[in-house]
Formats: sequence, C-alpha cells, structure tokens
Amino acid sequence: MRSALFALILMVCGVPAVTAQTLQPILQTYAGEIAKPSRKSVGETIDAIAASGLPQVTVFLEQWSEKNIWQRNDGIFFVGTAAGDSLTITDVDTEAKTTAAKSDFKQLKPNGGVRRLIGTALVQFQLMDPDLSRRETAVASIARRPEAAQLAPLLASIDGEVDANLKARKTQLANFLSASFAKNTEDRIAAIDSLSTDTSVEARAVLNQILTTTTGVALAAPEGNIAATLDPMLDAEQSYTALVDANLAAPKQTGGDIKKALEANIVNGRIAGFPLGQMDDPMVRQAAYTALADAGLVPVLITQEVRDAELSKHVFYKVYDEPNVEVTIAAETARKSADNRVATAQFADLTLDALSLASIFFLAAIGLAITFGVMGVINMAHGEFIMMGAYTGYVVQLFIPNYTVSIFVALPLAFAVTFIAGVVMERLVIRRLYHRPLETLLATFGISIALQQLAKNVFGTQARPLTSPDWLAGAWVVNDIIQISYIRIAIFILALLFLGLIIYILKRTRLGLEVRAVTQNPGMASSMGINPDRINMLTFGLGSGIAGIAGVAIGLYAKVTSEMGSDYIVQSFMTVVVGGVGNVWGTLAGAAMIGFGQKGIEWLNPSNTLAAQTYMILFVILFIQFRPKGIVALKGRAAGD
Amino acid sequence: MSIRSTLLSTLSAGVLSVAGSAALAECAAPIKVGVLHSLSGSMAISETTLKDAMLMLIEQQNAKGGLLGCELEAVVVDPASDWPLFAEKARELLTVNEVDVIFGNWTSVSRKSVLPVIEELNGLLFYPVQYEGEESSKNVFYTGAAPNQQAIPATDYFLEELGVEKFALLGTDYVYPRTTNNILESYLKDKGIAAEDIFVNYTPFGQSDWATIVADVVALGEDGKQVGVISTINGDANIGFYKELAAAGISADDIPVVAFSVGEEELSGLDTSNLVGHLAAWNYFQSAESDANTDFIAAWKAFAGEERVTNDPMEAHFIGFNMWVNAATEAGTTDVDAVRTAMYGQEYPNLTGGTAVMLPNHHLAKPVLIGEIQADGQFDIISQTSEVPGDAWTDFLPASAVLKSDWKELGCGMYNVETETCVQLTSNY
Amino acid sequence: MERTFIAKNPSVLWFLLGLSVFTLLVSIFSEAAGSAVISTSFLKTLGKTLCLCLVAIAMDVVWGYCGILSLGHFAFFGIGGYAIGMWLMYARTKDIVVGSLENNILPPTPDEVTTAIGSQIFGVVGSSDFPLIWAFSHSLTLQLLAVVLVPGLLALVFGWLAFRSRVTGVYLSILTQAMTLALSLYLFQNDTGLRGNNGLSGLQNIPGLEAVSQATLSLWFFWASAFALGLGYVFFAWMLAGKFGSVIRAIRDNETRVRFLGYHVETYKLFIFTTTAMIAGIAGALYYPQAGIINPAEIAPIASIYLAVWVAIGGRGRLYGAVIGAVVVSLMSSWFTGGSAPDINLGIYIVKWTDWWLVLLGLTFVAVTLFFPKGIGGLFDLISSRQEKQQ
Repeated sequence: MRSALFALILMVCGVPAVTAQTLQPILQTYAGEIAKPSRKSVGETIDAIAASGLPQVTVFLEQWSEKNIWQRNDGIFFVGTAAGDSLTITDVDTEAKTTAAKSDFKQLKPNGGVRRLIGTALVQFQLMDPDLSRRETAVASIARRPEAAQLAPLLASIDGEVDANLKARKTQLANFLSASFAKNTEDRIAAIDSLSTDTSVEARAVLNQILTTTTGVALAAPEGNIAATLDPMLDAEQSYTALVDANLAAPKQTGGDIKKALEANIVNGRIAGFPLGQMDDPMVRQAAYTALADAGLVPVLITQEVRDAELSKHVFYKVYDEPNVEVTIAAETARKSADNRVATAQFADLTLDALSLASIFFLAAIGLAITFGVMGVINMAHGEFIMMGAYTGYVVQLFIPNYTVSIFVALPLAFAVTFIAGVVMERLVIRRLYHRPLETLLATFGISIALQQLAKNVFGTQARPLTSPDWLAGAWVVNDIIQISYIRIAIFILALLFLGLIIYILKRTRLGLEVRAVTQNPGMASSMGINPDRINMLTFGLGSGIAGIAGVAIGLYAKVTSEMGSDYIVQSFMTVVVGGVGNVWGTLAGAAMIGFGQKGIEWLNPSNTLAAQTYMILFVILFIQFRPKGIVALKGRAAGD
Repeated sequence: MSIRSTLLSTLSAGVLSVAGSAALAECAAPIKVGVLHSLSGSMAISETTLKDAMLMLIEQQNAKGGLLGCELEAVVVDPASDWPLFAEKARELLTVNEVDVIFGNWTSVSRKSVLPVIEELNGLLFYPVQYEGEESSKNVFYTGAAPNQQAIPATDYFLEELGVEKFALLGTDYVYPRTTNNILESYLKDKGIAAEDIFVNYTPFGQSDWATIVADVVALGEDGKQVGVISTINGDANIGFYKELAAAGISADDIPVVAFSVGEEELSGLDTSNLVGHLAAWNYFQSAESDANTDFIAAWKAFAGEERVTNDPMEAHFIGFNMWVNAATEAGTTDVDAVRTAMYGQEYPNLTGGTAVMLPNHHLAKPVLIGEIQADGQFDIISQTSEVPGDAWTDFLPASAVLKSDWKELGCGMYNVETETCVQLTSNY
Repeated sequence: MERTFIAKNPSVLWFLLGLSVFTLLVSIFSEAAGSAVISTSFLKTLGKTLCLCLVAIAMDVVWGYCGILSLGHFAFFGIGGYAIGMWLMYARTKDIVVGSLENNILPPTPDEVTTAIGSQIFGVVGSSDFPLIWAFSHSLTLQLLAVVLVPGLLALVFGWLAFRSRVTGVYLSILTQAMTLALSLYLFQNDTGLRGNNGLSGLQNIPGLEAVSQATLSLWFFWASAFALGLGYVFFAWMLAGKFGSVIRAIRDNETRVRFLGYHVETYKLFIFTTTAMIAGIAGALYYPQAGIINPAEIAPIASIYLAVWVAIGGRGRLYGAVIGAVVVSLMSSWFTGGSAPDINLGIYIVKWTDWWLVLLGLTFVAVTLFFPKGIGGLFDLISSRQEKQQ
C-alpha cells in the first residue's frame, strides 16, 4: 500500500523534474555534509535543499532519513535498495533505475539527531499530504521539536484535516505552540489556562519551558520578572560557590589549597614560625595559615563567619526567562493545578504497578499455596516447575511461529508437562517422605539443583526468547502517567482466574471435598472410601501444573532462563507463609502485602530497587515473628500445629 | 636404578628428537598459554566464547609455525564463575602448569580476585572486556575499553548529535555501572548539565520488574528537555527492560537508549523489531565492514560453527594475542618482563579499521563505534571515531584526575602528578 | 570427668589422631617444607576444606543434634569473613598509604590519611568516605571480636524472635533462608559500604607479614584451620556428651515432651543456634584469608543449602559425619568441575562432568535422603554392628 503510494508520488513529481532544475548539483554542493552529517551543522544543508523548492526534495529527504541514499565512488547520490551484492539505484532527479555492484557505493547513515532535523524540515511538505501516515509523521516531528514557525502552518492545516484523531492531535499541538509562541498575550494565556487540566508530559513540558528560570546573585535585586528570592543559608556552601562564580567573592580555600600555600612558605623548616613536624595537626595548620594571611603572604582564610557575612550582603534570586509577568502568573497557576493532578495520577500508577507485582507474586505462589498450604508438602523445586513451563512456551514457539496460536498451545501444554512432572515427583519422592517435612524440603532441593542444571545443559545458560503476540505487546494508556502493559493486565486476569478456579475446585467439586478430607484426616478419609494416595498425587499435580502456566506468563513478561525459578522460590514461600498457610485467600493477602510493600519502599527510595527488596524481606521476617500463622490464620482444630 | 634412569633418559631423548624432527628444532617444551575463562556457572555463556576464540587463535598461530620456533599449547581451566576460584586457578596456572601468559577473566570482581596472585607471582594477564578503569597493574594488559573509550564518547554522542539535555543513568548494582555512572555524572556536570537533570537508578542482577522505572524515565520529559537513557544494565535484566520499553511504546526518536553491556548475543534473547534505533557503544561490532573482519568472521564460523556471532571482547583477545606474539618474537623470549617491555608501542590492525597501539599505561588506543539496533538483531554502525587512547585513571573524578599510569617511563601505575610520587606499585584490589 | 568423656566418645580420639597425622603429612609434603608434592594452591584448598569441615560440624550440631534445619549458617560464616576482611583491607591499605604519604612535604593530618585510605579502598566503587560500618576496622582486636560477636548477636536476635514465636520446622528453615537472602542482597548494595558485588579482595596478603611467602603463609593458615577444627570438634563433642546433650537430642526428637518436662526449650535452642553461629563465624574468618576474596555471592542462599547437603550426605547426628560430608562433597565438586574428571563418551553424546556434576549431586542427594538417611557415616554403623554380631 505504502510503496504503491510512493510510486504514485514519484510519478507525479517525476514529470516536471525533467524540465525543471535538478537536485543533484545542490546535493553536490553540500556533498561532504550529506555524506557525514552532524546535528550541529547539517541544518544549513537541509535548509538549502528544502529551499530549492524542487518536487524531488520530499522524496530525497525521506529516503535519506530512512538510510536509503547511497553515494557512488564519484560522489553522486542515488536512492538505492540493496539485495545481496547488488544494488538497485534510482537517480534522484530522473528516477531512472539501474543495477550496480554494491561495492562501488557507500550507504549514508544519518544519526538520530540528523533524522530529527530532517523530520522537522519535512513538516512543511507533509502536513497537508494526502497520505495519512505522512501527516502523522509530520505531526510527530512537530511534537518532538516544537518551533515558533510551525504554528501558522499547523493552524492552517487543522480545518482541512479529515482524520478525527489526527485533527484532535493537531489541535492539541497547536494549543501547545500557542502557549509558547502566540503573538498576543491573551492568546497565550488562554492556551496556558487550557493546559491546567492536561497531565500529559508534553503539556507539562510546555508549562515548564515557559517557566524556566535563571538563578543569579547581586548586591540588590535587579529589575525583571523575578520568580523568587532565595535564602542563601539553605545551602550555604553552594550559595557561596555561586557568589565566587559571579566574581563577587574570593574563593574558599580547600584543604589542598591551604596545604599548597603552606608548602610554598616554608622558611628554614618552619612555616610562620611553626615547625614542619607539627603540621600533622589540622589546628596547627590553620594557625600557621592565619599567621601567613596576617603577614599578607596568602589570601585571607575564608572561615564560616566570613562566608556567612558575604552571603548576607548579597541577594540571591531566580528570574523567569519569560519577560511577560501575566504569562508566568498564568503558567504558574496552570502548573500548580497540573501538578496536583499529576500527583494523583502518579499514585494511581504506583497502585497499578503494585497490583501488577502482587499478581505476579500471587501467580508464582499459588501452585505452592496448594502443595504447601493445603497438603503441607514443601516443594523447593516449585521454582523449577515455573522454569519448565517457561521453557515449554519457548519450545512451542520454535515449532509454531504464530505467537497467538503458540500461546494458546503453550498454556495447556505447560500445564500438562508440569502436571506430569509433579505427579512423577510425588510418586517417586514425596510419597515416601510424608510426615518428614524437613526431609521433603531437602530432597526437593536436590531435585531443584538437578533440574536447573539439566535445563542449562539442554537450553544453555543464555536467556531464551518468549515473545508475546501483538495484541499483548502494547500498553493500556490512560494518560502519560497512568499506563500498564497488556501483558501485566493479562497476568492479573490469569491470577484472578486461577484464584476463582482453585476456590471452585476446593469448595465446589468432589475432588476438592476429597482433598480437604485427606488434608484434615487422611485415616478417616480413607475409611470413607477415598484413596488418599490418588488424591495427594492429583493435588500435587494440580499445584505443579499451575506453576507451569505461571512460568509461561512470567516468561512472557520477563525472561526465560534456567535460573528464573530461583528468583521466585523464596519470595513465593514468603508469600504463602505471610498470607497464612492452608488458605488460598491468605496467599492473595500475602501477595498483596509483599507487592504493595515493595512498591511502597521503592517509592520512598526510587534510585535503589535492591534496597526495596532487602527491606521487604526483613519486614516479612519480622512480620512472621509477630504473627507466625500469617495474615489469614486458620482457627480451631483445622489449624493443627 | 641406574639402568632404569638411563632407560628413561634415552626414552625422553627419543621423544624429543621425534618432536624436533617433526616440526620445531630448538624447542625444549611447548610454550604454554593459560586460558582462564569460566566454562560453567552464570558467566559460562559469555566466557566460553572467549575460550573458543583463544583456542582458534592458538591453532592459527601454530599453523603459522608457532612462536619462537615452539609450538603453542593452550592450558584451559574452569574457574566456574566462582570469584575465589579464579584466584586459586590463576595460582595453579602460574605455579603448577607454569604458563607464560594468561588470557582470561570477564567480570571486574574476578579480575580483582586474580590481581594479587598475578602480581605476587609476576604473571602476565590479558583482560579483554570493557571495564570501569581506575586500576593499573604492572602485570595486566587491558585490551577492552576503559570508560573514556566507550562511556564518554557515547555520552558525547548523546550531547552533540542527539541533543540530549536530561540523562537517566540506569545500571545493575555492581562496580562497573557504579564507577561508570560516577564518572559520567561528573563529566555531565562539567558539560553544564544540572544535577537535577541526572537521574540514577540501580537494580539487582536479573531484575524483571521494570514498569515503575520506565515510567520514571518517561516522566523525566516533563520539563520539555530531551531525555536520553545511558544503560549499564547487565545480562538477563536487559530482556525485561527492553520488553517494558517496547510495551510502553518508547521509540528511539523520543527517548534514545544507549547500552554499554548489550551486544549481539544479549539481543538474541528478544524480539528487536520494537527496539530499532536504540543504541549500543562498543569498540567492535560484527557488522563492521572491513576485509580483516570478514576474514575473522569466516575463520570463526569455520572453527566454532555457522550460527556463532562475534563480539567486542573477542576482538580484544584477537588484538591482545597477536600483540603478545609479536612482542615475544621481538623480545626473543616469553619472559614476562621482557615481553612487557616489548609490548609498549606494539601496533596491530583493528578488525574495524585503523590500528590499535599498546600504550605505556597498558591500555590500547582503539576507535569507538556506536551502532543502532536493527530488526534482525545486528547493529548498524552510525558513528565511528578515530582511535581513542585508553585512560586508566579517569580525568573526570577529582581523586583520580591527578593520577597517571606509565609503566614504561615512570615504572608506576598510580603516579600522582601533583606530588610527583608513585602512590603504590601494586594495584588497588 | 575428662576420662569418662573420652571413654564415652572414642571417635574424638580417633578424629584428633587422624587430623594430626593428616596435618603432619601435609606439612611435610608442602612447598614451604621444600617438597613439591602439594602445591601452594592445593594447600590452600586443603586449608579451606578444613574450615568448611568446621562450619559443617556447627551445622550438624544445630540440625543433626538439635533438629533446627538452619539454612542460614553460611551467612554467619560469611559475616566472619567480612569482619576479618575489613581489618585486612584497612591495615594493608594503611601501610601503602602511609608509605606514599611519607614523601609529602608536610606530614599528613589524620584526616588526610583516612581519606587516602578511603579512596584506595572505596575508589573501586566510586566513593572515598568511610562508612560507619568500618568504624572499628583499624583494630585487629575489635574485628576479631566482631568475627565472633556479630554472627552471635545476629543469631541471638533472630533466634530469640523466632523461637519465642514458636516458629519451628520448615517455617524456621524458610525464615533462615529469607534471612540469608536479605543479608546477601544487603551486601550486594553498594550503599552498604562493603564494596557491593566486588566484596573485599586481596585478603591473602597479611599486613605486617609481607616478607613471608604465600607458601609459608598458606601452611600457617592450614595449621590454624586444623587447630580450630580439632578444637571445635572437641568442644562440640564435650558439649553434647553430658546431660545437656541429651536434652538437645530430646528437643530434636520431641520438642513438646521436653517442654512438658519443664525444660525451657527456647533457651536451649537459642544457645545452640548462637554458639554454632559463632563457630561458623570463626570458620569464615579462617577461610577467606585463604580464599583471598569475599563477596556477597558467597552468602547466597544456595551456599547454606550446600552446607545442609554436606551434612546430610556425610551423616547427620554424628560429628565425624559432617566432616566426611564436607570433605567428600567439596573435594569431589572441585575435582569434577575442575575439568580433571575424564569425559564419558556415550557415542551419541559426550558427558562432560562440568555440565553433569550438579545433576549427579542433586540426584545423589535425593537418593541419600530417601534411602540412606544416615549418610556415609551410616556405613560405620553397618561395620560396627557387623563386628558386634561377629562377637
């Protein structure tokens, strides 16, 4: 479709090109800059090309931006498409196509900064283009580099815009541009006022750009649009540095400066009368320096008192770069209002992230909640079942290239694989170790170590790709702040589904009844005709199978490696224990607590995610000490010990 | 007893003469080259490739007639990604196997573990990976990039070419990102970027929950400045990071990301179609166009398999090994001190064009390349500088700006130019 | 008293005899004694193995005798290593710094010295300030105290909280594992001030002993490790021999009954937990100067699990079992992963032991748990019971 349009444009443009002036000579004038462009200097070249007014310019600039321009050994530029060793070249003026050897040509690769400038230059050609995608490109270019000159053409193009979405976007952009660049103050203020409800990053950027300030220092406050006067004592050191930078005060001596000054003034092994050997005492050093300063040999020592006296003599202020007071007042008001909305939105986004993290923990732990919580069996290989599920997803994608189909095949298959693995493990190992929980823990550790290494031997230590289908690839965007990727939403839904499913199985089905019976009293259950061995096997298989499905989900959102299981195992156990063993609701509560807790700590210290994890674990340890039965503790006899 | 010993000596003489007549005349024993790369554990995936590369280089050299008339013999050990084991294996290589040179290590911590042993026993180590600098050992040649050969040029590219005004420095919490980010923070402040325009975040190894951090980065754009991300995120964690970037719809045109630890191999773990245009900085990309590189890739594929890719540390070993061979030939011996002296000023052509030179501070002068990720998982080289001399002590941190490393003239790796004294002769491990 | 203790525990004598003979043999054949049979690197391995034996004994006491499956004892081991490592790094760096500052025209102020040491140690992680945690690093005595006291205190607080809340069995195991994970994550952070992922390195260079060769130093450390192991063995054997030991074993077998008998179970458990943690700290302090480097990866939860694996394979509830387990598994591990084990060629597939050793270890562990709960030590029972039958 797009190439067809290209061809059409090429044909339309082609007719006059033969008769009119040609582009190649202009290109040759700037050959050096075109071949090796730099953002800082390419502007002139692009302007010259655009100013030629030739119809070929659009095509050339577009192709240049897409790295399709090739330069021949003799310096002539062509549009080219490479195929193996040969190159199909198109003359920039005549559109004559020929084939040539690739080795005679050099591909031009303008960098991102240059491409952005080209995009800006193309705006004037693309804004009214019949092709929707080109108009969108133009609008995106404006958004990336807003310029005053773009306001008029943008406004002119709004009325004629047929696409409703793009029209709205153009109107929004025109509003942004007006706020910054409109001729009269009323228009600007009107535009600024309308931004007070907009939480988008772009809108805030416009406001912040209007409100940029410069800090300064002087003996008296200057004329101008003063934003604020500052208290220099808030950060006295920094204020003094500003004073020094403004040449209003002498620089403060550092320890090194003092040392150098002292060294330069050694006379007969003494400095200002003090013996050299005493110079390891900082007080002596200061005394010696003061003595030198008194003698006028070195600059006066800037002590704290001197510094503070200098600071109080000066006015520190912030002045708006925007001279118009009305505009800055309006912008300040708008920004305040926007900031409040942003804070609310950020809180909402953090809540969403926490919810998502909680659902991931829940999904990873829910299989464990069944095997550990309901059956009381410790399975340290649970993480490896998650890994198995993820690798199943990877293997399925090797055979089924369609991502959508492969996911729907992988989910049940992962369940089946881990179900079988769980059943096998239960029959071979765990069955022999009931009533010896510590032994179960150790034996399953052994299995975990073996499985992890086995996965390494089969799949290698490198991460394997597990790609989500397109409909899960993007993000659900409420606004620029509140957004969450679809894959996380899918995990959330999956977690809810499993919660419902497990509650249903345990509470509403025959199997669930038997499971609960065996859990509470295996002897009595078996005398009622229930086969406890079979029930245990099925329950364990179910828990493992769910771990497999969780593996596919986790692999989709993060990574598939042989060590992914061990990333989740400790956290999963803590989720189950914190929530309260033996209760699926407890696991939900535990996951929620850990997820929200971790995000909360992260919010307090956003630059260190590792600290959040550490303190969350510590918190959980402490929590269990004070509430050993977890959040949702079973009551009565079922609680057991 | 005497009969037996005579018999033994005759036998060994016989063996010697056979070996001698077969290939090499005056050689008493093969020259041993130690290869100290993890073949198991978490670093195996990266380091096994380097072990294979070394075996290939040694095989090639033997085909050319060996070194000093002797056959080269690789002694491969496996330190199993276990840092104390690196020290143990290095000692074993130097004292039990008596190797003449060691090529090895990947992580900084493994290098720090090996350093005291190498210095104690006066060994020779070639270290092929980009690292954080701030170190200079008499016994180590650093053939990977120092910060000024990767981080600083990439930051310059952000400042000059992409016009980035606000920086997010994201890294995994370990020494390389910490030191690199410290250097960059100081560098950016020198360039007039305000402290509040630099956002720094550290995450654990293997981090998978990136939503909040990506949202924080997007929010940086709220004052209308161009935002750029400098990523020193290591290994697996990159997968989750790039997946989240793609899901949030952040294109390289809006917020460019330049990575220092992402190569061809890391990209194979994900679908790159949404990441086109994001950047990486290295001294080498497989897509570099030169005859030497074409030959190297062909030889590598023939040696190791058609599906294998080449990467930056492999090129570092390629240059380092060939320089060592030339230096030993010049010195006429494999004695560590003689070879070290002969190493200074050694030149060898880079695979990316130009010539690498071994400087007196044990670093190379190499060109810096910046590549854009393509849909096929390879890199499109869009910027290549001329050779940049590696700097052991960065000029952008006050404590190390006064330090200089010059083993040739000053005989010191930590020379304070202000006080004109040598701080220490051993390295700081 | 002494006689009855030895008479009750003939294994103690046998063990001490074996250890002495072994130490003597190793000393004779070491490089320091002029022989080349045992290289310095192998001597270091042997010395480290002795330290691992010591921590394994501690693990055996806490798990095999008292029934607390602690998955955190390697964390105490690591803390011991960090404590001694801080002094080693500080003192070594101080020597270097003072030496280089001597050339200055002005004698350096104490502040300048500290800053110079700081930038040497923390320059690696881009800082030069001394974190608070290094406050005592200048003093060998204080850091040696820390080797024992910090693990002891941590174990005391953790144990007091846990035992008080009656957290037992697998819950306790998971909690101790969480503690280990938290500690290793904490140490991984650069902000902690212990050089993050890089940890403390160059620990094999002992300040003040620069003139002594590594061959000799390694031998000294080997002797120290052997001495500590012997002492630890006797200490634990003595502690467990009397009535106290019976109570401890009773707690393992049925905690509730012991409590009903009027014993304050928590105090006994806390004592065992804390003492073993302190011994683990000492073992760590001897281990890491031989290893040369300590970093947070050493403390990762998997290390403590391996500790449990050694004890289980060696045989729980007998001190020599723990020693056997630690020696056999750790030496076999290094043999199999060291590349010296021959690959098995199956024709279609070549079994490389570097790849398959962990699979084998994991499965062996499962088999031991299932079929030989007494471990290798159980073989001694078989032999002795057979002898008894013959008599």
